[in-house]
Formats: sequence, structure tokens, C-alpha cells
Amino acid sequence: MPNARSSSGDLLLETRGLTKVFGALRANDGIDLQVRAGEIHALLGENGAGKSTLMKMLYGYYQPSAGEIRIGGAVVRLGSPQQGRAHGIGMVFQNFTLIPALEVWENIALFLDRKRLKRETLLDRIRELSRSYGLDIDPLALVRDLPMGTRQKVEIVKILLAGARILIFDEPTSVLAPHEAEALFTVFDRLRREGYAVLFITHKMAEVLRCADRITVLRRGRVVSSTPAAGATKQGLAALLVGDAGAASADPTPRRPGPATGAPAPQPVLEFAQVGCLTDDGRPGLRGLAFSLGPGEILGIAAVSGNGQEYLADLILGLRPLSDGKVLVRGETLDPRTPRSALANGVACLPEDPLRMGAVGGLSVRENLILGGHRPYWTSGGWVPDKAGLESAAKGALMTAFVQSPPSLDALAGDLSGGNLHRVLIARELGRNPALLVSYYLTRGLDLSNARAARDLVSSHAARGMAVLFISEDLDELFALSDRILVLHSGKSEGIFRPAETTPRDLGLLMTGAHG
Amino acid sequence: MVDRKALATISLLVAGALALFSLLLLAAGKNPLDTYSSLFSSTLGNAYGFGEVFVKLIPLLFTALAVAVPARLGLVNVGGEGQLHLGALLAAAAALACGSATPRWLGIPVTMVAGMAGGALWALVPALLRSWGFLNETISTLLLNYVALRVVDFFVYGPMRDPGSANIPQTMGFAPGYLWPSFTGRVHIGLVFALLALALAALVLNRTRWGYEIRAIGGNPIASHRHGLPLERAIVVVLCAGGALAGLAGTGEIMAIQGRLRPHFSADYGYLGFLVAWLASHRPLRILIMGFLVAVIATGGDSLQLDQGLPSATVNILMALLLFVVLAREGKLAS
Amino acid sequence: MHPDFVQGWLAGAILASTPLFYAALGETLVEKAGLINLGVEGTMLMGASVSFAVASISGSLPLGLAAGMLAGGLFNLLLGPLIVVRGANQLASGLALMFLGQGLSAFYGKAFVGTSIDGLAPLPIPFLSNLPWVGQILFRQDLLVYLMLPCAFAVWFLLSRTAWGLNLRAVGEDRLVAYAAGSNTGLLRHQALFLGGLLAGLAGAHLSLAIAHTWTEGLTAGRGFIAVALVIFAAWRPLRVLPGALLFGGTLALQIQLQARGAQVSPFLLDMLPYLVTLLVLVLLRKSSRGRMPEGLKEVFESSR
Repeated sequence: MPNARSSSGDLLLETRGLTKVFGALRANDGIDLQVRAGEIHALLGENGAGKSTLMKMLYGYYQPSAGEIRIGGAVVRLGSPQQGRAHGIGMVFQNFTLIPALEVWENIALFLDRKRLKRETLLDRIRELSRSYGLDIDPLALVRDLPMGTRQKVEIVKILLAGARILIFDEPTSVLAPHEAEALFTVFDRLRREGYAVLFITHKMAEVLRCADRITVLRRGRVVSSTPAAGATKQGLAALLVGDAGAASADPTPRRPGPATGAPAPQPVLEFAQVGCLTDDGRPGLRGLAFSLGPGEILGIAAVSGNGQEYLADLILGLRPLSDGKVLVRGETLDPRTPRSALANGVACLPEDPLRMGAVGGLSVRENLILGGHRPYWTSGGWVPDKAGLESAAKGALMTAFVQSPPSLDALAGDLSGGNLHRVLIARELGRNPALLVSYYLTRGLDLSNARAARDLVSSHAARGMAVLFISEDLDELFALSDRILVLHSGKSEGIFRPAETTPRDLGLLMTGAHG
Repeated sequence: MVDRKALATISLLVAGALALFSLLLLAAGKNPLDTYSSLFSSTLGNAYGFGEVFVKLIPLLFTALAVAVPARLGLVNVGGEGQLHLGALLAAAAALACGSATPRWLGIPVTMVAGMAGGALWALVPALLRSWGFLNETISTLLLNYVALRVVDFFVYGPMRDPGSANIPQTMGFAPGYLWPSFTGRVHIGLVFALLALALAALVLNRTRWGYEIRAIGGNPIASHRHGLPLERAIVVVLCAGGALAGLAGTGEIMAIQGRLRPHFSADYGYLGFLVAWLASHRPLRILIMGFLVAVIATGGDSLQLDQGLPSATVNILMALLLFVVLAREGKLAS
Repeated sequence: MHPDFVQGWLAGAILASTPLFYAALGETLVEKAGLINLGVEGTMLMGASVSFAVASISGSLPLGLAAGMLAGGLFNLLLGPLIVVRGANQLASGLALMFLGQGLSAFYGKAFVGTSIDGLAPLPIPFLSNLPWVGQILFRQDLLVYLMLPCAFAVWFLLSRTAWGLNLRAVGEDRLVAYAAGSNTGLLRHQALFLGGLLAGLAGAHLSLAIAHTWTEGLTAGRGFIAVALVIFAAWRPLRVLPGALLFGGTLALQIQLQARGAQVSPFLLDMLPYLVTLLVLVLLRKSSRGRMPEGLKEVFESSR
């Protein structure tokens, strides 16, 4: 329920016409923002709306292209993080600026001014502050041993002790469990009562409605609204966030016909049975995930980055152990030690980070096109390369994924643009006619015509029997391509839906954790 | 391929290294010009010296390959010295154990196989430790170098000792069937083997399927692993191949130059090979060039000892400076 | 076991462990900063040769020791522009430094080969040195041996109780966070190299002035690499370097004792012992030490190309 408090209090932080331009891209365009003491101010926006750019300017990491930042009424130039801190800005990043191998008090001491280290005094102050805010922190604990929620509390104590009056949080609940998020909001309340200004940046509507006094919505680098929280609704905010999601996109992709109904259900290509897995920190990454996927079926996975979908490919390929449940490919559990059995069973993957996970930067495009399926291109037991065969196969593969001007086969993969590299990977993986394709963000970095070509390629392979696990944040694309859509949030399934029976707006709400 | 600015920079840096070395010589009361000319004349200036350069080049090519091939996979093999000793040991054992009437066409291959086996075996333990994730190969190969020297000493002073040479620790001389013949002077057929090995390495790396796998894994182990390339097997195979190559260096030395196994027969060839490989950025053709350069300097070092009264280790200074120069260039600006 | 033998062995172990200790302590500082110097061998050689030369010429031991330390510090600093500023491969750079040390020390040390020096004499502690058995082992050692424990504490204090030490450890774990906190990461790493070099130089000085009492080419015989292994064995904790050094010093001393008593074990097999023990220990302890490796160091090994 929205907190109806009027935002009185001093204007601590203000931006006027703040703009940041990267070449042709206007990441932030004329942003006017006002953050007052004793106010919880939420900055709401989708990924790509320009939130992180704005934050980096407030942090002193980027310099504005135009506009100004005012603190306490005076214009300031933030040339470095220290300058920001000196002006009373405290920033808590999504991934924290903590060093796990050091103790809590050491992490805090690191960011305080270079005075002589008085360990005992600092320990006392930490305990005192943590007690008074109900934060329950042991200053001698190793950060590496602390759960995420506690680490965040350490960050808060750190910036408070460093003298922050304006506390900025970047996606604060993205790494928290639900009860930890509640605890955080309690802290926010306390901070507000003490007269601090809290600015938190998020894409989750539920949180915004829960605790903000004022909501500013960012879309495509601009402020589209800035209003008191009282009277805001989910629907209203959703509309502001995504624009009119029902409007036809510039290049409407016709819905593909689903698999024929009435035919006997063939054996599923992929089955997840109550699958659970852990993150690298030992927290739950996926919980009780269950679905099955038949040949020719496209299952869309709608999830905001970091909600568990990143583990799907690793689980299928056998790169990450299961903590629960089973993964079956074509009815068999695969050898967990190596991806080879998954690959032999016709699994292909278009990974989240193409350059790091799918290509060898130092090799040519030609050589990258055969990664994972290179054996046939050598004869005589591996001694003699079949250059002609490789050449024609490589050219052919490229033509399927590139509408025009494919990159040179001799170009180094590391020199290609992100979009081009992505398409090389598409050419490679689809060229092998896999039985199952796990695709992450298929059209990321692709312009309109190439994105359409990629979608058509996937469609046509699916029509010939390829099953697809289609992971995306783009609801329009998911609706256009998928037979069914599974919404993933915080590692759990929020349900599997048929596109015809729901709307992008509804699924969007589920993706961002707003229930009902 | 020839970047003018880069060429200018590296020439400047090399000149700087030479200048520093000259200063050092001056400080010791030596005339740098004398030293350089002595270096030159004793090596390239006369037929014997020229031949000696090749004598040093042969083991250097092998030990450099022993570093370069694993390096393409991302492994740092510093164990060339130990691996060449074990290769020599096994080759000597084979030559002494098999009959003395063995003909050349049989004897020489026997020594080669034994030498490669010895080197490969010495590299096997570090290889396994690395592929199982137990210990980085840099430290394990380094420590085993010191062990290898003692192993050879143990056998030469003990079970394999020549009873006929009472005061000198050495094995008996090898039968002629095992000795590697020479072309002129002391330049022996090991040169042919080494050049073949270089060519083979270049061929394998650039044209064969295994070479592709090595370059892919070395270029991006994560992506390669995700696509099913055999990471652990590659580590073992490549490190052992490196060991085998170093083993051949040792075999050549005792079968062609020494004629029997003695302690301290290696003039730091293992470490010099490491130097050559890094100077050559691990590329076979450049190894030939850099190997030649280092062989000249190392050969010159011996003459420095004789003519100028400087310890032969002095040339290590020059080589280290050159390596610094190359490393600094290859690095990027960091903070 | 003959009591004489044990006594001689333990006393010898402590003496032999001293250079290993100082070199490893210095390298611990360097590695805590996220760097690795495989060329400690070269730094020790510089320390050994310079201190011997200066002590011989000047007749002053303190001057010799100081000169050896300074030589070590400056020598280590040579790595700074290479690996800190240019980001060159640390493993190869360290080995190049080793070559340089071997060559330089052989070069100007030649004049001193074969000469000997009284060097650092044992300093018996009054009263304690007369205790039965223990007195001979613990309290008749030289000054640098007695200083081992205080030095270990000093480095521990420096690393965990001073602002400088905290910043250094932060740099070794995560340079970006340290930078965001306002640390001058480049300067800190150079300082670590210098301090580490001072200690490694001191280690070499002890070797030539207190143990060997002479100088020969390659005097250190691989002790520098044992020191690097020792740092891993001690899991990068200054207070654990001493027990580790004692262990390895023990194997060095064992070999000497057995040979002196004409034991029927081949001297070569005994010679191998320190290196094999080092290897074994590293393999066995990998799990417990892996967790404590500074993050910055992990990067060095992962990207060694």
C-alpha cells in the first residue's frame, strides 16, 4: 500500500537537464530530478531506460554532456567517487563494492578518509550504528561468510559512517530474498525518519508502491513522470514504463502456427522435473522448476535479467550441478561431468555472453564456425584439412543468418561487432540442425531486418522439429514466437501461459514480481 | 605484417638494452666495444665459432618448442631443464642396456624414443596435477628441475657409473651405433631433427585438427569446454609433448656432443629455451630466429669467460634485458 | 635416534630456515598485493652477493647487511614498470628477473669467489644459552635468527592493523574496489615490491654471511622457488611462514646431518628431499590454501599465456 506522506524537507540533491550522450545514443536526455531530505524517492525504469547511466553520473564515474548536478543548492562537479562521497552522496551498487576476503570493519575502514586506523573506535561505532538501526552486524565477520541481505546492511553502515546524507541504491532487492527485502524497507523507513534522502533505482513496481514517497519514471533516457506515490497504481505505472505495449511494433512479426493439436504427444525433448540449483554463493538459484518441451515446440522464458534463467543452459549442458530434481534430454539424464553428451544429443546453445562463452576471439570467423563440430573437416585421421569443404560450409552457414554483408571469414571473432558475432553464432548453432536450442536474447544487438531474419530462422527450424527454449526479456518477441511462455521470477516459475490467453502487460507484471 | 612504428620502438628498446649492458661492462672496467667485438668474432667471425653457434642452437630449438607448444594452450612449462635431463638419462640407459653391436639405423631411433619417453614421463606428473586441478604447472615443473638434476647425479655416480674411470663421475661411452653423427665439426644431425620438429610443430598447430583444438582451447577455454573440446586431455598431451621435445634436446647433447652421460652436461638449455620461446611469442618461425640470436649470445658468453675473464653467466644479463624489452612491449598499459 | 644427531639437526634446521623465512615473508607481502615474483631467486642472489661484497670490502657487517637489503629492494622494484605499469606476464617477467639476478651477481661477484668471511657470528643469549639441550638449539643462533619472530609479527601487524596494510590487501583482492575507495593502486604495489625485495635481500645476505660465509655463483640453489612455494604453504599468512620455513629448513638440515654422519643414504636422494616435500605439501594443502589466495593472484594464473 502506498505511503501517503508529503515530501517536505530540504532539497538535498537536484539535477537539471542532465544529459549524457554516447555518440548517437542519448542515454540520458534532459533529466530533472529532485530528491529531498526525509523522502524515499523511487526511480523506476526498464532495462535500457538509462538508470545506470544516471547513476554513474551521480557517482562521479561519468561526466555529464549537458545539464548540472546540485547538492544542497550549489552546483557541483563530480569528477570521481571520492568527490561524490565528500559531498555526502553514498551509493550502494547492485553487486556491492565489498571485498569478500576482508572483515566487515575492514571493508568500512577502506572507504573512510585516510585517518589513522583506530580499530577499537571503529568497531564500537559500527556496533552502535547497527544496533540503533536494528541491522545486527558483527563487525569482525568475514564478508564472504555473510548472506546478501547482511552484506547490503554492511554497505549501508559503510556509507552512513562515511557521512552520506543522500543514499542511492541501485536495484537493491535484486540479490535479496523476499524477507530480506522487507527488512530493507524497514531500514528505509528509519532512514527517512532520521532525515536522510533515499533514492532507489529499480524496475520492480511492487517495491515502489510499497515504500516510496515519490516516484519518477524513466523511459528511453527521459523522465516521463515524477509524482507523489499517493494515487499511483500498478496499471498506471506499467503503462508509463513500457509505453503502450499493445501498439503494433514497427515490424510486426506474424504469429507462427503452433504445433498440430490432436496428434499423439511425442516424447519430450527436454524435461525439467522439480529442478533446483544453487548460485555460486550457495543461495537458491532455481527452485522447483518443472516443465516439458516437445519437438517443434517453442517455450518462451520471460524473465528479467538475473532471475534464474542464467542457469538453464548450464544445467542442460551439465556444467552446473543440480541440487534437486532431474533434467532429461530426450528421456535421458546426461553425464554431468562434461557437455559432450548433451551436445551429442543435439543440444545447441546461444549463450548470454557470446564473446566470453561462445567464441574464441583470437580465431577467425571461419574457425569459430566449426567450434564443437570440427571433426568432419579433417581427413586422414586429423592430419589433412578439408579446406574446400570448410569454406563452402562456412559460407553457406553465414548466408542463412546474414541478410546482407556477412563478415569476412578471415576476420577475427574478437574484432567483430556484438551483433555480427551474435549472428555468426546463430549461423553456427542452427546450421547443425539441433534437436534442442537454448537461446538467450536472440535478437540482442540486431537491427530490425536481421532480427526478423533470426526469428524466421528459428521459426523454420522449429517447424521442422527443433525444440526451442527461448529466453528473452522482450515480451513482444516472446508473444510472437512462443507456443507457451513460462514466467520466471526469483528462480521460481510464476506459471506457464499460452500467448492467446494473456497479454504482455499481465506477464510484465509477473516478471517484475507484482502479484495479482 | 611489418608495422613501422612497432619496429622502430622495438629497435629503440633493444638498443637501450644493449646500452645498459654496455654501461655495466664499463663499470666493471671492461671496454664494451671490445666485449661486443669479441662476442661477434668468436661466434660469427670464424668457422669454429659459427659451428658452435649451431651446436648450441640445436638443443635450444627443442627446449624452446617444449615451452612454446604448451604455451599455445595457455600452460607455462618451466621444466625444460629437468625434462631434458630425464630424456638424456633414459636415452643413456637404453644405449647401455641394449647390445653394443646395434647398427645405427636401429640405435639412433632407440635413443630418440627413449629420450622422448624420459622427457614426457618427467612432464607427466605436473601435467596430471594441473589437469586434476591440484597444482599449477609453473611451480611443479620448476621444482622438478631441481629434482631431475639429482636423479641424474644419483645414477651417474651410482648404478650407471663407469667402473673404468675411477675419479670422474660418468657412464661408459656409448657404442657407436647409438651416437648421433655430425656434419662438420660438432654440428650434428640433431639439427635436422630440430628443424623437422619446428616444421612439424608449425604444421600441427596451423593445419591439423589437434592444432585447431589447441588454439581454440588456448584462446578461450570456457567457450571450448562448452562445446565439448577435451580440456583435460589436451593439457596432459601437450605438456608431455613438450617434455618429449625437451628430452630430445638432452638426448642430442649426450649422443652427439658428450658421447656419455656426465653430470652438468647442460648449459642451462632448458631456461634459455624458455627465454627463446617468450622472445619468439611462441611462434615456430620466430623461434628459429630468436634461437639463433640467443645461441650467438650464449656461445659468445663462453668466449667472454676465456678472453675477457668474465663469468659466462654475464650474458644472462643481456638476455634478461632483451626479455624485459619484449615482455614490456607485449603487455598493455594497466594500472 | 642419537640425541646429538637430533640436537644438531634441530639447530641446523633453524639456521637453514632463516633465509627461506625472510624471502617467503617478503614474497608474502608481494603476493598480498596481487603480484607474484618468480624471480625471488634472483633477488636473493643480489642480496647475497652485494652484502658479501660490501661486508668484505668495508669490513662492516651492518653495512653489508644494509647494502644487501637495499640491493634486494631496488632489484625487486625493476618488476614494477614491467608488471604493474605495462601489465606484462608476471610469470615470465619473474623468470627474466631471475636470469638477471643470476647474471649480475655472477658478474661482479666473480672477484669474491673463493674468499671467505667471518660474517655473522652466533650470539649466545646469556643464561638461556646454557640450558641443557634447548640452549644449544635455540639460543646460540645469530641475530637474524632471533629477529625472525619479531619480523613475522611486524609484517602481520603491518598487514592487518595499519591503514597501509588494509589498502594493500584490498588492492590484492579487487583493484577496482580499492580504486573506488581512493587507493593509489600502482603506488601500493610498487611499495609491496620494494618491501618484499628488502626482505629477500636480507635472506640472501644471511645465506652468504651467516651460513656459507662465502660467495659462489648460484649460491641460493633454488631456495627462491622454495620460498615462493612456502608462501602458498603458509596460505599467505605471515605468522604461518615461520613454521613452514622450519619444515623446509628441517629437510635441508637433515640432509647435512645425515651426510656428516656418513649415513648410507645417497646424498643425491637427500638433496631431492626439500623439493619433493615442497611439492607434496603443496598438493596436499591445495584445498585449504586455495580459499585464501588473494583474488588478484588468481587472475595471474588464469590468464598465463
